[in-house]
Amino acid sequence: MQNERALSHNNKQSRHSVRLAVLLSIIPGAGQWYNRRWIKGTILFLMAAAFIISFFQFISVGLWGLRTLGTIPGLDDSRALIIQGILSLFLIVVGAGFYIFNLVDARQDAVKISEGWILPSVKDAFKNWWDAIFPYALITPGFLLLIFVVVFPLLFMILLAFTNYDRYNAPPGNLLEWVGFENFLNIINVPIWRETFISVLSWTLVWTFVATTLQIILALVLAVFVNDERIKGKKLIRTVFILPWAVPAFVTILIFAALFNDNFGAVNQGIMEPLFGQSVPWLTDPLWSRTALIMIQVWLGFPFVFALFTGVLQSVSKEWYEAADVDGGSKLQKFQFITLPHVLFATAPLLIMQYSFNFNNFNIIYLFNEGGPAVRGQNAGGTDILISWVYELTFQNNMFNMAAAISLIMGLMIAAFAILQFRRTKSFQEEG
Amino acid sequence: MSARMKSRLEVTGIYAVIAVMFIIIFYPLLWTFGLSLNEGTNLYSSSIIPKNLSFEHYIWLFTDPASNYVTWYKNTLIVAATVSIVATFFVALTAYSFSRYRFRGRKYGIYTFLILQMFPVLMGMVALYILLNTVGLLDSLLGLILIYLGGAIPMNAFLVKGYFDTIPKELDESARIDGAGHFSVLFKIMLPLAKPILAVVALFNFMTPFMDFLLPSIILRSEENFTLALGLFNFVNDQFSNNFTRFAAGSVLIAVPIATVYLLLQRWLISGLTSGATKG
Repeated sequence: MQNERALSHNNKQSRHSVRLAVLLSIIPGAGQWYNRRWIKGTILFLMAAAFIISFFQFISVGLWGLRTLGTIPGLDDSRALIIQGILSLFLIVVGAGFYIFNLVDARQDAVKISEGWILPSVKDAFKNWWDAIFPYALITPGFLLLIFVVVFPLLFMILLAFTNYDRYNAPPGNLLEWVGFENFLNIINVPIWRETFISVLSWTLVWTFVATTLQIILALVLAVFVNDERIKGKKLIRTVFILPWAVPAFVTILIFAALFNDNFGAVNQGIMEPLFGQSVPWLTDPLWSRTALIMIQVWLGFPFVFALFTGVLQSVSKEWYEAADVDGGSKLQKFQFITLPHVLFATAPLLIMQYSFNFNNFNIIYLFNEGGPAVRGQNAGGTDILISWVYELTFQNNMFNMAAAISLIMGLMIAAFAILQFRRTKSFQEEG
Repeated sequence: MSARMKSRLEVTGIYAVIAVMFIIIFYPLLWTFGLSLNEGTNLYSSSIIPKNLSFEHYIWLFTDPASNYVTWYKNTLIVAATVSIVATFFVALTAYSFSRYRFRGRKYGIYTFLILQMFPVLMGMVALYILLNTVGLLDSLLGLILIYLGGAIPMNAFLVKGYFDTIPKELDESARIDGAGHFSVLFKIMLPLAKPILAVVALFNFMTPFMDFLLPSIILRSEENFTLALGLFNFVNDQFSNNFTRFAAGSVLIAVPIATVYLLLQRWLISGLTSGATKG
């Protein structure tokens, strides 16, 4: 049986045309039939038919909606149309991928057949198919979730940045319109937006850099101190130093907000009044609010870095230090040339993640005093960073278009940083 | 002699710094604990060492009909347990695929995950809000769970992939020769060997809903759907000075179990993170 089939194929091999197989595949499945892979061809054909029957209407409405954003106010909801439009684009991508797969598959099989390949039995074909599809099947659930929770909203946000969706023009009562780069131009041209954007952006960068760097310095100093062999009770000390990381941050931030309260907070009552004879407007003056926020973030953030450093310090070989002693190296030199490079090298990726964490550290800004205090001539508070500003624009002011435009600018910054950063990491180079 | 003096001075200095840090760390925590034991809800008259020791706030949280504290605790546990189990499972599948198979599009898949992990879920909050509103998942725990899941996958998949890469390939190759299939390699070899990193991922995902304030504040609207963070925030946000002692009591009941878990597992968490990140 097997031999017979092989023989008949050997006779046919010269007559089997690759080109014809690909041409027939313009109708999905036909090329596979020509290759005598009946089951595969039928499945492909049925899937293509089902795809067209079920999604044609949806996709054409989606594309129309994406172009026009609706034509009848009150009936067409521009937001729903954008969502349908994005889904349609996804479906088109999936469909195109499927179609290309169909062409490539027909060609591959035809080439193999014309070279005298014996068709596998149904069972073997199924097993091959399962082997090929398995890695994709594994990532599919995670990927689907990722698409719907991360990619889809990001796309939606990108599109919103080019519409006029604000509190005066909100669906479903009104229709949205595409406005091109108007929102971005507003950030540059309208004084209130420009000034707010520049001041929020510069504070975001200062905040990210200062708070994170202080965190790391404090953690480094403490880790080196506690690691000193003359210090006793290391275990207890380390446990206490990790405590601020272990307590949920939202609890401690709210506690600090009360402690820093201008009128009755313990910082003013217990430290500033007795020592300096005056209280400090921690919550109502922008500069003092910022100072307080940085101090609180250092309190919250140093323990994690401290724990990382401690782990690394314990792994630095003693011999290095002994060798340095023989050469007469001072304490400072030992720190500078042995400890510091070692610690920073081992923890670099995690330290960089600390910077990106603080760039997006919404919790502390919002929970401390909701980004306040208010500043004249701005529509963001004195301590707002980009992400908390976007939050307020969205949920308090309903300026969705501006919020989206600012998010987009933030996203570009993050992406640029991410690409720069991952180019350097080992795994990226290994994979690339 | 002078060297000994110098050494002694140094040690004293270090102890002094440690002592100051102890005060800075403990003061806010003890203050909260003290407040939670004060009578009444007035922040002005409350003190770190209560004049009249009272458990009234703790009792209120659990017994008063106006209190939703138990419901919030239950909601948070539901969200945390679901996210932790499902996310860890998906993450393990994804990491296994990226670590052990060479398939077309793999490289771009990894790049996608790498770059997406940098974007906070928050960036798309405008869209998430409108999207959940359209599909009717606003103000539901399911909506919250889905978003936590999606946000958890890229970052953690990468951590776990880094760990899987350190498991010798010879192990699964020899199992394959003995006839093991795709899934039995995953469940009988990879997952048991990767237990430490999987535990870290599970724990972090379990803790997130206890600590996160922002996503619940966007998604959840009605009090009986709140998670702990959101509910407690409303204690202090409604009338700041009035409910702070109650907030303190509620916070102590979250902070103590979470801090205990962290302190017990800290060594493990740190080593899991560093190995995943540096090898990853």
